[in-house]
Amino acid sequence: MPSDVKMEKKVEVSKKEEKPVSNKITAGHVHLSGCTGCLVSVADNYNGLFKLLDDYVDWVYDLTLADVRHVPEMDVAFVEGSVCIQDHEAVEEIKTTRKKSKIVVALGGCAAYGNITRFARGGQHNQPQHESFLPIGDIIDVDLYIPGCAPTPQQIRNVAVMAYLLLKGNDDQKKLAGNYLKPLMNLAKRGTTACFCDLMYDVINQGLCMGCGSCAAACPVRAITHEWGKPQGQRDLCIKCGACYNQCPRSWYSFDVMNEFEGIMDIIDGAMK
Amino acid sequence: MGMELGKYKTCVSARSTDKEILKKAQDGGIVTSLFVYALENGIIDGAIVSGQGDRPWKARPYIATTKEELLAARGTKYNISPQISWLKEATRSYGFDKLGIVGVCCQMQALRKAQLYPVGMRDVPDKVALAIGIFCMENFPYKSIQQLVEDHAGQKMQAVKKMEIGKGKFWVTTERGNTIALPLKITHKYEQPGCHVCLDYVSNLGDISTGSVGSPDGWSTVFVRTKKGEETWNKAVGAGLFETKPIEQVKPGLELVTKLANEKITKNKKHIEERATFGVNKGLRNPYI
Ligand code: SF4
Ligand code: SF4
Ligand code: SF4
Repeated sequence: MPSDVKMEKKVEVSKKEEKPVSNKITAGHVHLSGCTGCLVSVADNYNGLFKLLDDYVDWVYDLTLADVRHVPEMDVAFVEGSVCIQDHEAVEEIKTTRKKSKIVVALGGCAAYGNITRFARGGQHNQPQHESFLPIGDIIDVDLYIPGCAPTPQQIRNVAVMAYLLLKGNDDQKKLAGNYLKPLMNLAKRGTTACFCDLMYDVINQGLCMGCGSCAAACPVRAITHEWGKPQGQRDLCIKCGACYNQCPRSWYSFDVMNEFEGIMDIIDGAMK
Repeated sequence: MGMELGKYKTCVSARSTDKEILKKAQDGGIVTSLFVYALENGIIDGAIVSGQGDRPWKARPYIATTKEELLAARGTKYNISPQISWLKEATRSYGFDKLGIVGVCCQMQALRKAQLYPVGMRDVPDKVALAIGIFCMENFPYKSIQQLVEDHAGQKMQAVKKMEIGKGKFWVTTERGNTIALPLKITHKYEQPGCHVCLDYVSNLGDISTGSVGSPDGWSTVFVRTKKGEETWNKAVGAGLFETKPIEQVKPGLELVTKLANEKITKNKKHIEERATFGVNKGLRNPYI
């Protein structure tokens, strides 16, 4: 093993870009107990992904795509999957990620809320004792959530562009990006559980629901229907991804951001051209 | 206040030149005419409209892909139609790349949130070609409308020809020609509670937004707000789809729109404040950050 690691390091050096774009941010993908669906969503930006990698982001770590074995220093770590607390390596990996990254992003429902891994009971060969999975926010401080199962390519793109503007943009861009990212940063402070119940507790029971239907559209397992105009969740179907809650305009809504929707979409389009 | 009408490029009073559309239109037939034009000219592949549900006057989101289907959805139904629930489906099962959607103010907010924060709206953000927002003071659950029509106005739901809120009254007109006007004092308590925290009256986030207020009977007030909206609107007007008048030249004009917008926003801001001290040292949530 140790000799392997040395090899990797050599390869890494020889693969450095010849003319690095110095202004890029560094980012990587940390893969814990997730299905790789989040990473596939990153890739589903297709040409957009190449644009992101060409102009804005150096992708410095990714067990699936980049030949680097250990979590390096990076500006933004996108963590996919929850942490199996019986898996020593996973626990170490998330702690190291925290130490080495400026911004830790919980990418997807499992990292943010546990999602489908909440239902794990262990018993899988060859580590049947691996039975307890926690969202990363239960182990480390997290800076920002990108919820969703899978998170959408466009949400990942929007955050990537905004993170770039926040770290490298001019003052106006920094302010705009800060406003955009703030609600997603608030989510990281709000907690590590989510399900259809959050809509009940924080929106419907609070007298805030106006029947727009965003929750039903957002649900990846079609657990939500509208009866008499109001959402009904089939709670047995709910995988606890938090998409409904976060898509709902009455869970959180920022006028500062939303009133600038056209300008922001133009900025994102422009950045991706 | 200043921002009560949202950002817009132009505002006019308009009505459709299509007699067939006007026949059953709520006001100036703006939404139907624009969507028919957009559909026939390849600007949209189809549109999420508010169609006929499984009971008389019950609204439900409906995906229209033909002129006939668009015409069938004419008229305001005054009960909840969860338009956004079909947003993702329209781009998937229906395969739309260029989507049209009509909705009230809060649904335009939901739409823009779906585009800027597409948490569960895969591939939706880049496929919205034309979003038309409707002016909205409040909305009703279906059962509320039923109660107003049957218990207060004493009419059968299936006998109703048109419902309308205007001039301080809730108007119910039946096929046989009865007109009943209920004072809004009666309707208020049946309103959807979620409407009482709504801070938008003229669909500030639509590409185009429209409603009757501000224009003479049979005409609609139209705000053209975004580049996309402007492009389609200019083409449609150029093609002779609408008669238009500068909003400054019609009565009651923008003055009334501004007044009502301010009334709604002020009332609901106050309501949000009251929610903050609803209990004893306990408040209700404020979704706005
Ligand atoms: S998204 Fe929120 S406001 Fe819209 S129907 Fe669902 S719970 Fe109600
Ligand atoms: S109801 Fe659907 S969208 Fe909401 S948390 Fe459950 S699975 Fe996710
Ligand atoms: S008043 Fe506001 S919340 Fe209620 S239906 Fe109209 S736009 Fe939606």
